[in-house]
Parts: sequence; C-alpha cells; structure tokens
Amino acid sequence: MSKLSQKHLLGIKDITREDIELIFDTADNFKEVINRPIKKVPSLRDVTIANVFFENSTRTRLSFELAQKRLSADVINFSASNSSVKKGETLLDTVNNILAMKVDMIVMRHASPGAPHFLAKHISANIINAGDGTHEHPTQALLDAFSIREKFGSVSGKKIAIIGDILHSRVALSNIFALQKLGAKIMVCGPPTLLPKFISHLGVEVEFDVKKALQWCDVANVLRIQLERQQIKYFPSLREYSLYYGITKKLLDSLKKQIVIMHPGPINRGVELSSDAADSQHSIILDQVENGVAVRMAVLYLLAGTK
Amino acid sequence: MQKKLILDSDLFDLTISRLCQQLIENHNDFSNTVILGMQPRGIFVAEIIHNELAKDTKREIPLGYLDATFHRDDFRRREVAARANETKVPFIIEGKKVVLVDDVLFTGRSIRAAMDAMITFGRPATVELLVLIDRKRTRELPIAADYVGKAVNTLASQRVLVELEAQGHKQNKIWLINKD
Repeated sequence: MSKLSQKHLLGIKDITREDIELIFDTADNFKEVINRPIKKVPSLRDVTIANVFFENSTRTRLSFELAQKRLSADVINFSASNSSVKKGETLLDTVNNILAMKVDMIVMRHASPGAPHFLAKHISANIINAGDGTHEHPTQALLDAFSIREKFGSVSGKKIAIIGDILHSRVALSNIFALQKLGAKIMVCGPPTLLPKFISHLGVEVEFDVKKALQWCDVANVLRIQLERQQIKYFPSLREYSLYYGITKKLLDSLKKQIVIMHPGPINRGVELSSDAADSQHSIILDQVENGVAVRMAVLYLLAGTK
Repeated sequence: MQKKLILDSDLFDLTISRLCQQLIENHNDFSNTVILGMQPRGIFVAEIIHNELAKDTKREIPLGYLDATFHRDDFRRREVAARANETKVPFIIEGKKVVLVDDVLFTGRSIRAAMDAMITFGRPATVELLVLIDRKRTRELPIAADYVGKAVNTLASQRVLVELEAQGHKQNKIWLINKD
C-alpha cells in the first residue's frame, strides 16, 4: 500500500524500512518530474504549508520551499528572527496562530531537540521535522540514503563512514538510523571529544584515524564542524582539526580504491573538506542537493495524501 | 463473482489490426506522430499497437509512457495517496500528433489527468485517444475516444478485466465482471 506508517515525519527512528522504500520509489517519480520542461504538478494545490524556522537555514528551507512550489502548494515562510517569538510568544501559541489561518502542514526547524515531537502531541496538522537541535534531521538522511542508492543501485551492504562532528550532528543520528534500516554498515570517525560516549551502542563502528575510516568505506559522509553549537573547545584549533581530520584530494588519491564523498552542506572549505576534494569527481554533493528536492516532494506528497 | 467474456483472443487480434488500419488512414506515414501509453495498463496496449504498426508500415513510431498520478483530481479525497509509475517520454511532444492509448475508458477522469500531464512536456499539434474498451454512458467528464476497440454497455458497479499476454496471461482476453 502506498501509505506511510506515520502521520508526521518527526525522525527516522519512528519510521520503517517500508516507509523509506516507499518514499524513495515516489522520489524516483518526482526526480523525473523536476527534469521536465514544466517542472510542476498540481497534486498539493489545495494544501497550505507553513515553513517555520526557528534556526537559520538556506539549503533546507529553499529545498522545502521549492519542493512545495513544484507540488503547487501554497507556502508561507516564517523565521523566528523577525517575529513575535522575540516578544516572548510560546512555541505552541506561535504555531496555533499559524494554524488558525487554515494551514495544513508545518515544516519546522527548531534548536531544541524534541520540539516537533512536542508539537505533534498538541496539534492536528502534519508535521515535518526539518532539524531539531542535535537530535534528528530526517529529510537530510533520506536524501543522503537516496543519493547512495542512486549511485550504487542499493544501500544494503554498503559501508558508510560518517566523519567529523558527530556529537553535535543531527544529520549523523538520522543517517545512522536510515542507513541501518536499509542494511548498510556504519562507521563513525572523528576526534574522541566530538564522538558521543555511547555511540557504539547504536551498533556502529568507531574509528579515530580518518585514513583507516576512508580505507574501510565505500562512501564517506563528511560533516561540518558546528562551531555555533560548541560552547567549549573540543579541539585546539581549526587548523589542527583540518590537519588530522580534513579530507583532501591527496588523501583520497592515496587510497587504493575509489570512494564517494558526500557532505550535507554548508561546507567549511579547507576545514573538514578541502576544495580540491569537494569539487573532485569523487563528490556527489550537488547530486545530494538535487535529490533533496525530489525526496522532500515525496515526503510532502505521501503525508498530504493520507487522510 | 460472475465473469463474461467480451473479447476473446481471435477477436482481440482482429480489433488491434482494425485500430491500426484506422490509425494508418488518419496518420499516413506517421512522420509527425507519437504514441503515449498510459500507466499502468495502457502501456501494454500501446506496445501492441506500436509493434503492429511497425510491421504494417515499416516505421518505428516513437513510443512513450505517461503516468498521470500527480495530476489526478482525487488527491486527498482517497484514503491513501495513489502510487505513481514511471513516466518515460524520450522525445519532444511540441508540435506532434499525439495518440494517447489506454485500455479502458470509464469516467474519463484519468484521461483528463493524462492530458494535463502530457502538456507539461510541450504543446502537441493534436491529441487523439485510442482505447481498447469504451464503457458507454459511464462518463463523468465530456471526453470521448477517437479510436475504440469495442464499446460495451456496463453498469458502474461492474468491472472490466483486461488480460494481456504481455502481462503474463496465456491469451489476450477481456472480461466483464459483476461485483456482488
């Protein structure tokens, strides 16, 4: 049946492998749609969606907005920086006021982990989590896994190394859940201070040497150093981080095999990923961005279409 | 469940060759014609027509598949979202004479959706509709087929079942089914 098991997309943890496969099959169709001369279908023409962003975002917000417009939905955008949130309005009040204007779906990014889950308990509209603090970022994980599937034909059995700031990364957690559900093997790699203490309990391998991780994997998903979430120093300097954990073309060429480089963006060029590596033929970073629109269209379509 | 045969395998072949002759009459050398089969079941009929025309005219007429799922008018009115199929239109539609092909014409709603979906690929010169079975007096929209394999009187509660060799059946057969 073409129905998701959930009414909301709060996190990958809550959805099943069948859900993910349904989203991917639907995204295949939407990828064809966005490569047509007229890249628009009327499916969501009677649906209104609010993009509620309490945290900064370019790629995710643009990608969601484009996905919504390609589906002919009506879209309103809300960002906390120029709103009444500054005047002390609560999250629930803000969202209920938006819903009172007859909005059907909410796409929300929030700095607090669990904020969309809280909302889902109190409101009836469909909610899509576009990132909640350091917790989950489900659509990013879906588009990452979709890009791997597109590149290799299947995710099952592939070895994927997630490299960098795992501690602060919602992308890492959602990726681990999504890729494991699809049967991939996962390794996380980074300086010990940036790896959560009990991460191996999730069934992932842990490696501190980036070269060994690259040698092991088929795909390296390189994460950004999230300076905005680091209140204390986790490593001496960016320069030192890039010396030990930065991925360069030279490092990739020294491997005995060809691996694929992914990055959820925005890249700190010269820190976790050098320019020559990010722009090399190893990289599928821009494919990820294109797939992001198709995957988000699929999520919106499937959630909106379920009564 | 009662089953009544409305087209057996011999009559099926005869119907296909008649439809092809009608197409040849109207399209001459097919130099500006393309065939679009509608997903999910019209594509099999489109393939049969395409292969038959290739034999008769010694020409390879461009054949595509069109899925109209995202253009349907019953989104959010059904229990679950309809599942899409592959769309493959590997040619330009702009200025072409399009022959839309489906297996059964019933309410006309999927044809309306298909025309919307088709126009996202360009503006055709003309559009014609070919169906294997035309269910008479069941239309909900003002849509009629240009080429009809067989017109059948049916009740809205009945169902037309098309079994094709291309779908793995032993013989090409079309049935009318009474749902009780």
